[in-house]
Amino acid sequence: MALLEVDNIHTYYGNIHALKGISIIVDKGEIVTLVGANGAGKSTTLNTICGILKPRHGEIRLNGESLNALKPHEIVAKGISQAPEGRRIFSRLTVMENLEMGAYTRSDRHGIAQDLERVFSIFPRLKERARQVGGTLSGGEQQMLAIARALMARPRVLLLDEPSMGLAPILVQEIFSIIREINQQGTTILLVEQNVNMALQIAQRGYVLETGRVVLHGSAKELRENPQVRVAYLGETQPQAR
Amino acid sequence: MAVVSQEAQVRRAATMQLSFNRIVLWVVGLGVAVLVVWRIAGTAAQGLYGPDVWLMQTLNGLVQGSMYALVALGYTMVYGILLMINFAHGEIFMIGAMSGYFVLNGFHQSGFLATNPVPALLITFLVGMGVPPIVGVLLERIAYRPLRRAPRLVPLICAIGASFFLQQAVRLLFGIRTKVYPTVAVLSGAWTVSVGEREVRIQHMSVLIIVITIILMVALYLLVRKTKIGKAMRAVAEDKEAAALMGIDVDRVIMVTFAIGAILAGAAGVMWGLWYKQVIHTVGFIPGIKAFTSAVLGGIGNIPGAMMGGLFLGLVEAIAPTALDISTQLKDVISFGLLVIVLIFRPSGILGEVLTGKKA
Repeated sequence: MALLEVDNIHTYYGNIHALKGISIIVDKGEIVTLVGANGAGKSTTLNTICGILKPRHGEIRLNGESLNALKPHEIVAKGISQAPEGRRIFSRLTVMENLEMGAYTRSDRHGIAQDLERVFSIFPRLKERARQVGGTLSGGEQQMLAIARALMARPRVLLLDEPSMGLAPILVQEIFSIIREINQQGTTILLVEQNVNMALQIAQRGYVLETGRVVLHGSAKELRENPQVRVAYLGETQPQAR
Repeated sequence: MAVVSQEAQVRRAATMQLSFNRIVLWVVGLGVAVLVVWRIAGTAAQGLYGPDVWLMQTLNGLVQGSMYALVALGYTMVYGILLMINFAHGEIFMIGAMSGYFVLNGFHQSGFLATNPVPALLITFLVGMGVPPIVGVLLERIAYRPLRRAPRLVPLICAIGASFFLQQAVRLLFGIRTKVYPTVAVLSGAWTVSVGEREVRIQHMSVLIIVITIILMVALYLLVRKTKIGKAMRAVAEDKEAAALMGIDVDRVIMVTFAIGAILAGAAGVMWGLWYKQVIHTVGFIPGIKAFTSAVLGGIGNIPGAMMGGLFLGLVEAIAPTALDISTQLKDVISFGLLVIVLIFRPSGILGEVLTGKKA
């Protein structure tokens, strides 16, 4: 049984049929990536998993247990946390308070202290800025805080929505190597990215979304070598007929 | 070419209009300022009042301001989280005053107040602060929560309706007779302080009110800054969806916010009853609007702003009529005039940050 199963979900925004039967499987210990253009339904999928949006059909299961009837905060308690698109850190709370909010559903003081140590070792810069309010951080630091905050829930599956957005290339490299490190420490990750090249380098498997449907899926290697993916997402020109 | 110059002309006319408006505004503002300074200077030159009067009025202002501030906190916290003005909050205050009356009057009739005044007062405050949050939470649950996704005018109108409903419900349940708080012997005394040749009476009651207010404000500050639920309140105020993604039960945080606001308003209600003695089902209306004014003065959504705004408004109301040498009956004109001036020249309030599009 897979850790996270998204089974044929249909999500609507009012009358707009945004997800038209998305099915995704994430196994324990994997990095799985959802790639696709703007409006393909990547963030909608994540928000449906988190319970912010409710699917009209289909089911989402964590360890075989349905999440459909749960509210967003209950889903976090079950073990899914998200670093949302655009970071959405609490800019008027300190870095420390942001991290405490990440651990909101937990009451194991000892475990929280351990995880705080852990995120500070992954993101030493956050430790330096623990007393600063979130709004004073740079874009890269805010992204680190968003990931660290989501980690504080000690999730079974960590959802990352566009962690590279708006960051300088050098920072993108840093963020991706950190994501890989977090995964190697044992956290399962579902990664949404527009930077398909980077995403397919660190993921084991991937799904390509187009207008609310999964059009392709396979191992990261297969997708990297797929001619359609190469043309549409990796910036390669059409092979010339000779 | 002609079109362009015409457009430019229209634009220039528009900016001229705008700057003309601004000039009028500043002239009027300056006029008011000169008038105020002139009146104050006149009063001071005549030496009508000695320091004793000023001290007395300051004390009265602090007492009145304490009540405004406590009620204002409820307005500002709910606005901070829901961007909604809970116009029924004045009625929550009234329910606090009423609950306090029934308890204290009961103790008075039974003689318990005369024999054990301190526990009697304590229980009065506890009930006066305990009933309003029940009403406040029910109000949120029944009247506001279903409208959370509605356009912002809808909950506002609903709040005004809820305000009438609560007023009339209390009238039907307890009658239109004015209820008079019994005199509490331990609080009716006063310390006498001599200022110059004159003496000022500092009532025990006024000190009690100010001390309780300070305790409640410090408690609120610690709650919002240091506790988990307080931090969650700030997180929800900033971004409800992100807060839900962190596992925060947003509905519960909103409920707690209403409850805390109602507890503070209830305390102010009991103080009002003890200080002014008379309470009636409409007693919440004017203090409610004054407290709303205080919250706007301080910058709505801002907790220290509401504290400051309340005390400031109380002080202005107490001191300004004396300073300007006009009738104290004009104090409402002064406080609402102040509101208009602040809204024109500094719409975000004294401590308020400039409102972003989302919050405005």
